[in-house]
Amino acid sequence: MSLLSPSIKVCSWTQEHDNPASLETYVANGGYEALKKILAEKTPAEQIVEQVKISALRGRGGAGFPTGLKWSFMPRNFQGDKYIVCNTDEGEPGTFKDRDIIEFNPHQLIEGMVIAGYTLGAKAGYNYIHGEIFELYESWERALGEARRAGYLGKNILGSDWDFDLHAFHGYGAYICGEETALLESIEGKKGQPRFKPPFPASYGLYGKPTTINNTETLASIPWIMRHGGQAFLELGKPNNGGAKLFSVSGHVNKPGNYEIALGTPFGELLEMAGGVRDGHKLKAVIPGGSSAPVLPADIMMDCTLDFDSIAKAGSMLGSGAVIVMDETVCMVRALERLAYFYFEESCGQCTPCREGTGWMYRVIHRIENGQGRPGDLDLLMDVGTNIAGRTICALGDAAVGPVHSFIKHFRKEFEYHIEHKKCLVGG
Amino acid sequence: MPVITIDDRQIEVAPGDTVMDAAHRAGIYIPHFCYHKKLSIAASCRMCLVEVEKVPKPLPACATPATDGMVVRTHSDKAVTAQKGVMEFLLINHPLDCPICDQGGECMLQDIAVGYGGIASRYAEPKRVVKEKDLGPLVATDMTRCIHCSRCVRFGQEIAGIMELGMPGRGEHTEVMPFLESQVTSELSGNVIDLCPVGALTSKPFRYSARPWELSRRKSVSPHDGLGSNLAVHVKDGKVFRFLPLENEAVNECWLADRDRYSYQALNSEERVTRPMVRQGSDWVEVDWQKALAQAAGALKVIHDTHGGEAIGFLASPHQTLEELYLTRQLAGALGCENIDTRLDVADFSADGKLAGIPWLGMPVADLDKLDRVLLVGSSVRKEQPLIAQRLRQAVKRGARLNVVHAADDDLLCRVANKLIAKPSAWVNALAQIANALRESGKDVGAVASDVSGVAVSDAARRVAESLVSGERKAVFLGGLASQHPNAAQLHSLAQAIAQATGAALGFLVSAANQVGAALAGCRPGANGRNAQRMLAEPRKAYVLLGVEPTLDHEPAAQAESALESAELVVLLTAFKVKAMDYAHVVLPIAPFTETAGAFVNMEGRLQAFNGVVPPQGEARPAWKVLRVLGNQLQLSDFDYDSAESVRKAALPEGEDGIAARLDNGICALPVTHLQAGDGVERLGETPIYQLDPLVRRAPALQATQVAADAAVCWANGALIQRLGLSVDRPVRVVQDSGESVLKLGRDDRLPEDVVRVAACHRLTTRLGERFGALRLEKM
Ligand SMILES: Cc1cc2nc3c(=O)[nH]c(=O)nc-3n(C[C@H](O)[C@H](O)[C@H](O)COP(=O)(O)O)c2cc1C
Ligand code: SF4
Ligand code: SF4
Ligand code: FES
Repeated sequence: MSLLSPSIKVCSWTQEHDNPASLETYVANGGYEALKKILAEKTPAEQIVEQVKISALRGRGGAGFPTGLKWSFMPRNFQGDKYIVCNTDEGEPGTFKDRDIIEFNPHQLIEGMVIAGYTLGAKAGYNYIHGEIFELYESWERALGEARRAGYLGKNILGSDWDFDLHAFHGYGAYICGEETALLESIEGKKGQPRFKPPFPASYGLYGKPTTINNTETLASIPWIMRHGGQAFLELGKPNNGGAKLFSVSGHVNKPGNYEIALGTPFGELLEMAGGVRDGHKLKAVIPGGSSAPVLPADIMMDCTLDFDSIAKAGSMLGSGAVIVMDETVCMVRALERLAYFYFEESCGQCTPCREGTGWMYRVIHRIENGQGRPGDLDLLMDVGTNIAGRTICALGDAAVGPVHSFIKHFRKEFEYHIEHKKCLVGG
Repeated sequence: MPVITIDDRQIEVAPGDTVMDAAHRAGIYIPHFCYHKKLSIAASCRMCLVEVEKVPKPLPACATPATDGMVVRTHSDKAVTAQKGVMEFLLINHPLDCPICDQGGECMLQDIAVGYGGIASRYAEPKRVVKEKDLGPLVATDMTRCIHCSRCVRFGQEIAGIMELGMPGRGEHTEVMPFLESQVTSELSGNVIDLCPVGALTSKPFRYSARPWELSRRKSVSPHDGLGSNLAVHVKDGKVFRFLPLENEAVNECWLADRDRYSYQALNSEERVTRPMVRQGSDWVEVDWQKALAQAAGALKVIHDTHGGEAIGFLASPHQTLEELYLTRQLAGALGCENIDTRLDVADFSADGKLAGIPWLGMPVADLDKLDRVLLVGSSVRKEQPLIAQRLRQAVKRGARLNVVHAADDDLLCRVANKLIAKPSAWVNALAQIANALRESGKDVGAVASDVSGVAVSDAARRVAESLVSGERKAVFLGGLASQHPNAAQLHSLAQAIAQATGAALGFLVSAANQVGAALAGCRPGANGRNAQRMLAEPRKAYVLLGVEPTLDHEPAAQAESALESAELVVLLTAFKVKAMDYAHVVLPIAPFTETAGAFVNMEGRLQAFNGVVPPQGEARPAWKVLRVLGNQLQLSDFDYDSAESVRKAALPEGEDGIAARLDNGICALPVTHLQAGDGVERLGETPIYQLDPLVRRAPALQATQVAADAAVCWANGALIQRLGLSVDRPVRVVQDSGESVLKLGRDDRLPEDVVRVAACHRLTTRLGERFGALRLEKM
């Protein structure tokens, strides 16, 4: 498969080729054609934004915000520098798709970022890469070198008289640096903590300049859209949920890994692709969109299709598309303890409800898990969560509450058993 | 104007206003911790959450822009639930050790918890404990109490200009700490104590000495630099316990320099003199006031009758009140004495008689932050005027270009556009270069044109000139060092030419709290009188000293010392035991500013009156009363003042309104002759920040600071140190004129190779000569 055919494989097609990451592979299969056409025809930026809007491409970083709309927030006539930033921080537990794009299809991301830079009038772009995948930082730098030498980046791109360059930036592994404004602070060399919004990055972003931040997969989808048109992308998926998407399936399945499927595909099909629940076991629960997404019990999940709207309707979120599968051996108290610990450790500590509340929730769950639970603990947890949610600077506060509220809501019995019997209902 | 509704009240808002601003204006209180009107918005504590109609989540009032038609509720169920939720979070890890916390009684957390906290805590887990930090002798820490509002951190970044406190760590492990275990050395550091809403940062000297509710607050005015910061003096049982800032947007805003905050310690010092004394041989005998005054008056009369009034010298401190200085002037006049001065730190008096009026700032203090262009001549401004430096920093932040002429390339903690760094004897040449650059570009530099026309113009001087030509609001300021310079009058004359040619205001950063008041009170030599310098260079038979320590206030100290030593009579009006007691005959113990009514006139000509906040200690008396009785004893007419106000009225018959007309920085242009810099290494002799006056010299906490310790070091450029074969951190012999001192040597590459920084007005350097003379360093 290749970019030439309007296939379901929007981002992962190079993996079917030898040397998937190479410039040759990419170019031989239609890579950089979209960019060439845009530069040759001097396609007006509004037309590009229009195609992205038609495609119903929604942000692949977690929030699912319509990309075309986000791009239209950038001030058109701003005098001065503007930036485009790619978010490859990929810190959400369960998510491991962006690293595959960098590893196997870096040029499609480069092409996407250059088109974005052209469309948004950016002077330069940055790719913020998670600190714990340093090899990929280096391979990304290699790909940038290839693109620069081939004239797709740098001065006078493809003889168009237009200059644009991309830079790599690596973090140090803090989850919070995936939050877009913390990421900007981090690039600026400051402590990575989120900014209060408004102002939003489109008016006050990197170094105080208008900036658009998109997820790796979002940007890597752009060349496909520009090649085949927004309508084709939309038709891959379903209305308001255009395209195909990478799902990182982990947990108790036989074949964990990344699967690129059309949005709107029934969950059961993905589960099948991943080899089904491990042998001899049955599905208990699924976290459908990375650790921040509320957990859904098996029956609810089996009725869902995999797209933003369906999962939201079921009471969770598609998030980054990290599907964490749990079978009946999982102790939900223990699982929640682990998740709560993550948010406790990763809170930036800036705002009071998250700094204090994540620790409080973790300590109470830790007690319950260790046979020290008290009557009233569950109501307390629900209440502490309510006091955090919606009252913090960034969404990490909500992310920390999502698991707590949903685990207790759907699996309250297990928690009560722990508190009463000082031991686990699952496995005894 | 857009209108928003808060709690059913319609409030007009300006563009850029937040909901908090609007509420403030309408007098509606919204609880908050991280918000502070002088700091950037952090929006992190979340205490200020309010309900906004049509918005599902509660929003932080401090960060939410007020937009037309917005409907805000600060007390709805939704708002109060959110606020109470935040309060609960703030308290779970707070130690709640209020009974032993110094902040108790003036703690924002305590106060707000009364309204929003629960009766009992639902938190049953272990609490956080945070390791203590050592921030130096001024600020105490109890970091476990920190609520992470980041005010202290933002203060450093935004106001002090140096980020000495940061917040490393994440989540619950976030801690406020200094950089790599260092201490906090900013001259404004104490303000973090006022900013900290809890007891995490408190005053080290004040610690555990009193409870806020036991203290009464009285207004006063700081007697140190020429700003006259407004003070809230906290007193109990007739004793001063601390100074806090009294907010005055036009003067000190809500800040205090550390010098103004901690000098109160001296008021209760062991070195206070509290009884009148007369000398008997080599002993001091305590006597009653009557006897002491009779003796002083009698002896003065004898000198007057035998040698005439000109045999007497009156030296008064510009940190004394207007009333005291006026009566001193009256006393001298009645004795037919024209030798009276407060300018003990000045070396060049050649401008006297050529001035259009009294030197002053040349503009209101509050206009400093609005300047576009500044030329700062001879000022170690952070040390001389910590809060003026802060205002200039704010101006630079807004885009002002600051140009500097100095002997040290000190870090002003803000961007300096252009600088001419040269030894003091080259400063006249430096200003002449700027003037000549202006002349060459077609500007009219007036009478100095011909004097400067031959001066070669450096690139830096040309850039300064260009910078001053552009911009709207501009000023040329002469600092303390420029006033103390041996060619001060020529610097003044050139600065005036530069200011006139560029349309800039000309101003003096007046060093002392009441130097302008002293001039208004007439504490200046008469037409036939001697100035401070001549009074000491041509020893008098008798001296009357008011609040001065001539061996520390005057350079060279040895000259002051020998003049006093040879005098037949020295009458000392002092609040402290001072070196001059070795030569004095009568000691009259006077009240420091906290124990008397009086007034200071600050550098912008603002008359600031105050009352005594505590009774005088022991037998000490307000100096205006002492001087009045002295006048009565000498049977002088018109000496029957019954209050400080009545003295003030006599000193300023037109009151405050009459002051402005007497302020004028104009000078008749002088020939510019000192265009050639001296040879060899020169001294840069500043009055250290904590040696400005008798009070600060006796404040132990200030003396314990790193800044105070640094003032006792001889600083030189590394290249000079190497050339002379000297070693850093070892003692070095500093030789100037006929005197020498042994000091520790320090390296400072911000000094030019031919400048050595050796403090003046310091007990370790009293053997040396002039502030700016040639000087030699010798290996020990
Ligand atoms: C705590 C937190 C962590 C986040 N981490 C990531 C991340 O690792 N990668 C990412 O693309 N977006 C992450 N986001 C979302 C970004 O803030 C942002 O919405 C996204 O990068 C926008 O790109 P998109 O519109 O293309 O999805 C995170 C958000 C939060 C609140
Ligand atoms: S919600 Fe948590 S992570 Fe986000 S800004 Fe507040 S403290 Fe930091
Ligand atoms: S030390 Fe005080 S001022 Fe600084 S962050 Fe903590 S509570 Fe705020
Ligand atoms: S005062 Fe508004 S969030 Fe702190």
